[in-house]
Amino acid sequence: MRRVDMVLSEKGRERLYLLGKSWIFLFLLGEAVIFSFIGTGFFSAKNFQNILVASTTILLLAAGETFVIITGGIDLSVGFVMGLFCVISAKIIVSLQALGFSPVVSLVVSIAGTLLLGLLPGLLNGVLVAKLRVPPFIATFGMYGIAYGLSEILCNNVPIAGLPSLVGFIGNGYLLYYLPGRGFTWFAPPEGLGRGEVRALLALFPNVFLFAILVVLIFAFILSRTQFGQHVYAIGGNIDAARRAGIPVERDLIRVYMISSFFAALSGVMYTLRFVTGRADAGSARMLDSVVAVVIGGASLYGGTGNMIGSIIGTLVIGVLETGMVNLGLPTYNKYVYVGVILVLAVLIDQFFPEMVRKGE
Amino acid sequence: MNERKPLLEVKNIVKRFGGLVALNRVSMEVYPGEVVGLLGDNGAGKSTLIKIVSGVYRADEGEIFFDGKEVKITSPMEALKLGIETIYQDLALAENLNVYSNIFLGREKLKKALGLIPVLDHDYMLQESHKVLNRLGIEIPSLKNKIKNLSGGQRQSVAISRSIYWNARLLIMDEPTAALGVAEQRKVLNLVRTLSEQGVSIIIISHQLYDVFQVAHRLVVLRRGEKVGERLTRETNPDEIVSLMVGAELVQEARGRE
Repeated sequence: MRRVDMVLSEKGRERLYLLGKSWIFLFLLGEAVIFSFIGTGFFSAKNFQNILVASTTILLLAAGETFVIITGGIDLSVGFVMGLFCVISAKIIVSLQALGFSPVVSLVVSIAGTLLLGLLPGLLNGVLVAKLRVPPFIATFGMYGIAYGLSEILCNNVPIAGLPSLVGFIGNGYLLYYLPGRGFTWFAPPEGLGRGEVRALLALFPNVFLFAILVVLIFAFILSRTQFGQHVYAIGGNIDAARRAGIPVERDLIRVYMISSFFAALSGVMYTLRFVTGRADAGSARMLDSVVAVVIGGASLYGGTGNMIGSIIGTLVIGVLETGMVNLGLPTYNKYVYVGVILVLAVLIDQFFPEMVRKGE
Repeated sequence: MNERKPLLEVKNIVKRFGGLVALNRVSMEVYPGEVVGLLGDNGAGKSTLIKIVSGVYRADEGEIFFDGKEVKITSPMEALKLGIETIYQDLALAENLNVYSNIFLGREKLKKALGLIPVLDHDYMLQESHKVLNRLGIEIPSLKNKIKNLSGGQRQSVAISRSIYWNARLLIMDEPTAALGVAEQRKVLNLVRTLSEQGVSIIIISHQLYDVFQVAHRLVVLRRGEKVGERLTRETNPDEIVSLMVGAELVQEARGRE
C-alpha cells in the first residue's frame, strides 16, 4: 500500500486523505440518490421523516456505543438492555394505571423511573470492566443474557399490552402540523378534518426523533467539549498514560458504560411510546446496527478515535438503507447482508486508508 | 556547584525483593541544575533506584531528602507533587491526541461556556504550550498535530515539555535516546543542556555511554545493587566507567586474553 502514496503529490495525498475520511458521507448521498431514482415516493418530506423515525433506535444506541468504543471497549448488551427497559417502562405504566393513577402521571413516573433504573446495567458493566478488569466483551455479553432473561421473566414471554392511548399519541405524534389554508398547529392536528384535509395535512418533526436528537446533541457536546470527553479519548488512546496523568480512569470508564445503558434505556422508552407495547425483543437485532453505525462513522474498534457526528451519519446510512428497502418492497432481512458487508468494508478502509495517507513519514 | 545544597539526596537505600537484594545501602545526591548519569549493567539496580525516587517502589531502609527536607515518597502522585517527574521510555503520551492536549493531559484548562458550563479552553492550552516549547527551543510544526504523526524525538520533547510546564524540578529520564536516530539524539541532548542551564536537575539513565558523557556533569555507577563508583565526567573516561560497570577483574581478564 505504501507505493500508492509515493506516486501521489502532496495535494493528491491530501485529497485521498479527505476521501478516506469522508467516504461514508458520499456513500450516504449515493444511497439516497439511488433509492430516489428506483423507489417510488422515496424523495419526499414524509419519507425523510420516516427515515428519521426508523433511525431513532439505532441513533440512541449508537450514541452510547460511541463513548464505549472510543475507550477501546464494546457494549454488546445494548440491544437487550433496551428490551428490558422497554418492558419495564410499559410495566410501570400499566401497574400505575391499575392503581388508579392518570395516564399522564403514569407516563411521567414511568419515564423518569425507567431512565434512572437504566443506569444500573451500565454501573454493573462499568465496575466489572474498570475495577475487576473483566474484558468488556465478556462483561457486556453476560449482561446481554441477564437482560434478555430478566425481561422475558418480567413480561412472562408475552408483550405487555393495555397501555393508554396517550402513549401512542406522543410516540407517533409530531411537533408541528400544517394544513394548507388553515395554518400551523402544535402537537396535534386541527380537529374535525374531512377526508381530503387529512390527506393534505403535513406533519413536521416527529416527537420521538426530536427528543432523541436533542439528547444525542447534548452528549455530542459532552464528548467533544468537556474534560470528561477529553479523558474518554485519552483512555482509548493510552490507558496507562491516562492513569499516570492522574485521570480517574476507573470512575470515567464506569460513567461511560452508564451512559451506554442510559441510552439503551431511553431507546426502550422510545420504543414503548412508538409501538404502545413492551417487548423483550424490542432491540434484539439492534446491537449490530449500533456498532456498525459507530464504526462506519469513523471510530476504530481499537479505541481512541470516533465522534458523534460520524455516528449520526453512520446511523443514517443504515436508516436510509432500511427505509429504502422497505420502499422497494424487499424483505428487511436483506438488510443484514448489506449491513454486515458495510461493517467489514468500513474496517478495511479504516485499516488501509491511514496507511496510504499517513503524513510525514 | 558543591557549595550549594543538593536538591535530591538519597541515603543508604536498601531494597529487597524476597531474598534478592536489589539495592544495598546506595546513596547519591543531585544538585540544582546538575545532570547526573546513572550507569550500570542490566540488573545493576538503576531502575529500582529510579522507581524508589519516583514513588513506584518503597525502599526497605534509608532516607530521601528533597530540598533539604526528609520526604516519604509513597506514590507517583506524591513524587509529582514534589516536582519529581519521570519520563519513561514509553513516554506516556496519548498518541490519538494532539500536542497541547498531551501537555495538559489530566490537568486540562477549562473555561465557562455561556457563563456556566465548564468546557476545554483550547486557545489557552495552545498558547501556553507554545510558550513552554519556545522556552526550551523545541520546534514542532503544529501543536495541533496528533502525537502519532510526530517523530520519536519530537515525542520525547513533548513529554519533556509537559513535565517542565508542570514545574518539574528533578527530571528522571530513562533511556531518552534509545529509540532515536542520530540527529534526533543530538536534539534531545541539546534539550537536556538547555534544561540544566535553566536550573532543572536531571538524572539520566542510558546505555549509550557516549551520550551520557556529552551531557552529564557527574556519573554514578552501580553494580549488582551497590554503588561502585562516582566520578566527575571531566575527570574520567569511558574505559574507566566500563571497568567500574562490569568489574575491573573482568576487564583485565579480557585484556589478558587479547
